[in-house]
Amino acid sequence: MPDTRYLITAVVVSAAVTWGLRAVPFAVLARLRTSAVVTYLAAVMPAGVMVILAAYCLRDLPHADRARVLATLLGVAVTAALHLWRRNALLSIVGGTTTYIIMVI
Amino acid sequence: MKEAFKTSLSVGLGLGPLGVAFGVLVVQAGLPWWWATIFTTVVYAGSFEFVLVGLVTVMAPLATIATTALLVNVRHLFYALSFPLHRVGSRGGKVYSTFALTDEAYALTTGRQAQQWPGRRIIGLQLFLHLYWVTGGTVGALLGSLIPDRIAGLDFALTALFVVLAVEAVRDVTTPLIALLAALTALLAFPQQMLLVAFALFTVAMLTRRAVARA
Repeated sequence: MPDTRYLITAVVVSAAVTWGLRAVPFAVLARLRTSAVVTYLAAVMPAGVMVILAAYCLRDLPHADRARVLATLLGVAVTAALHLWRRNALLSIVGGTTTYIIMVI
Repeated sequence: MKEAFKTSLSVGLGLGPLGVAFGVLVVQAGLPWWWATIFTTVVYAGSFEFVLVGLVTVMAPLATIATTALLVNVRHLFYALSFPLHRVGSRGGKVYSTFALTDEAYALTTGRQAQQWPGRRIIGLQLFLHLYWVTGGTVGALLGSLIPDRIAGLDFALTALFVVLAVEAVRDVTTPLIALLAALTALLAFPQQMLLVAFALFTVAMLTRRAVARA
């Protein structure tokens, strides 16, 4: 388990970066508004970052047994399908996770 | 304050339960329950907090945590363009208002209905949203510690969250495919630094795509 000092540092680093991103732009507003590259990156980054984070969660999949691979693929499919259908984040997450848990039990 | 409370309720209905889910995840990850309170109070960054729990449980290097926070939250850079910070009066108010400038706060305060809201109503709304998140997280963590054993497979909720956020964010077909390719390349080439390498590859690929499209 991670120790307290590491956890505190992790929390402080995360809070500082997050707050910085929220507060600093108010100071450099004018320059930011005209940067085409920044505008472009902000538009395309979210989708890519989320796909990469999902892939990161599944990084052990190549070493998993067949039952777990099947459960994971089905869980992801159910989550995505539910979300495309109802657009309710909580429903999609609960539905997908329940599917996965039932499959691995 | 009364009006701020009323406005906050619509979003609070989603924020509260999501906070509970977050609290359960914190305890399931093996951390004491009060870390859920600290995370939700101090970091206060919704989806990134879920990522953070995943990162600290594998003792990810601080550089990876900082980079991930930067990339997951980079969208906040643009909230300054339309968030009505000039209406928030005091210096302390401005500090808190930028700190608590979440997706939900931004969405509620920049809509047409919010154009005449005074600073106090904006701050009040942000305080209520923050309160729902912290309360949800703490309640979830306490409930989670009542469950004697770890629920096998509950960690899949984090994967499901990213799938949901990806579905929300995707606008075209090639961007997620390039991201997937970047993730697989990073996993094969640098499994220890997968996140950092994948983010870097993806950013370079997107900038290259833009340069080619403009050439």
